[in-house]
Amino acid sequence: MKAVVSFVVAAALYELVARSGWFAQALVPTLPAIAATLWRTLADGSMLNHAVATVYRVAAGLGLACATGLALGVLMGRFRAVEAFFLPLVNVLMPVPSLAWAPVFILWFGLGNTATILIVFYAATFPMLLNAWTGVRAVNPLWLRAAGAMGARGAELFWKVIVPATSPFVITGLRLAFQRAWIAVVGAEMLAASDFGLGWVIFDAKEFLNADVMLASLAVIGAIGFAFERLAFGALERATVMRWGMVRAAKA
Amino acid sequence: MHHIEIRNVTLVYDTPNGRVPGVRGVSFATAPSEFLCIVGPSGCGKTTLLNIIAGFLAPAEGEIRIGGKAVTGYGLDRGIVFQDFAQLFPWRTALGNVAFGLEMKGVPKAEREAIALEQLRLVKLEKFAGAYPHHLSGGMQQRVAIARALAYNPAVLLMDEPFAALDALTRDEMQRLLAEVWRATRKTVVYVTHNVAEAVYLADRVIVMTPHPGTIKAEVPIRLPRPRDPLSVEFLDYQKQLLRHLTQKEEAR
Repeated sequence: MKAVVSFVVAAALYELVARSGWFAQALVPTLPAIAATLWRTLADGSMLNHAVATVYRVAAGLGLACATGLALGVLMGRFRAVEAFFLPLVNVLMPVPSLAWAPVFILWFGLGNTATILIVFYAATFPMLLNAWTGVRAVNPLWLRAAGAMGARGAELFWKVIVPATSPFVITGLRLAFQRAWIAVVGAEMLAASDFGLGWVIFDAKEFLNADVMLASLAVIGAIGFAFERLAFGALERATVMRWGMVRAAKA
Repeated sequence: MHHIEIRNVTLVYDTPNGRVPGVRGVSFATAPSEFLCIVGPSGCGKTTLLNIIAGFLAPAEGEIRIGGKAVTGYGLDRGIVFQDFAQLFPWRTALGNVAFGLEMKGVPKAEREAIALEQLRLVKLEKFAGAYPHHLSGGMQQRVAIARALAYNPAVLLMDEPFAALDALTRDEMQRLLAEVWRATRKTVVYVTHNVAEAVYLADRVIVMTPHPGTIKAEVPIRLPRPRDPLSVEFLDYQKQLLRHLTQKEEAR
């Protein structure tokens, strides 16, 4: 309920500025104008097409990142040799912004989905990897002892003890990876995608001074990100680690 | 016939300050279904000894035999209960925790859940079968841990100060419950504690250990009828006797 107040106040302030006459209407369109554009692009299906293209790229990049980051992070946490080999590489590659790779990937793979997905993948892999790696090392040794004493070995020890024991870290990793992926995809689409995607729409609208299209696209980007964060990851967390008491809700 | 046999076990810890003996030349044996307590001050090596029997630590010298067979590493012939409440898996219900060992053994779901429920009934927690550990009190969590260690029917139950972190009233209640469980299951128990009254209440025989390095100082059979009365003169005499063994060491230093 308090969130509604925040949104209403922020919207009212924006509307005041938009109607003040200090800026050109084409550059700072009013909320009704943005809403009309949003409605028009939703109704003709174009916004949906762009959103689907963006979500597809995030899903593909994030999926690859999760597979790679989880596998590598877990292996690094479990095996000293894997850690010793990959940690220096991770330390060097991690600080490189994913968008810095954009020209390289475009050169190698051309404009389009491959380059965009790779940029997303690059951005999302490291938070996943670091969290999985930390999570495995933070598993309560008592659980491993108890499980071992009860005959858990190999795959069973991994799936029935290490995976659930690591889940608070992995879910946080997933959240951070999604955030990074969502940020990266918009930038990547501006540079590496042609004709489709919410990032491309914003970039393209700049050419025609279509500030209403840009802001409508921003609203869609925000809404999708918010929906994933609150609905998908929040629900996942409530169904698992919060239910198990491994993490608690903050006190009111 | 001996059930657990510990022969001349020695373990040395490698620390940054050099090699520190953990336990040295410890030998003892238990009869089948015997309740053996190991008491001693902190750092006397009693937990180390239990971890060696459990197979978590390998001794530098000596040998462990259970039912005549030499053991190395851990196995389903030994059930283990730790002091820390956090030993339960938080992502499994009480029933899921108790059924874990049977699941690893490949027992079908319906059967292992029936057995697990039976074990929970033994520790009087059948009503909480569906509860996750974080909803249970410390004493209840330790009871689940006992049921979990018994569920796959190990020959031996190893317990490392399971009630040390509980309040005094709960601890008394848990000791009574454990004595009942032991009478019902007739497991051989090795129970580590620093609480002399607890040892006299539970044990058939008490081994007193002294530190630096951990060695056996005395062995005291407790010849009292069960259930035991902690306020009886004989009970208090045993307590005094054990305390004397434990404090003599201090005077000699």
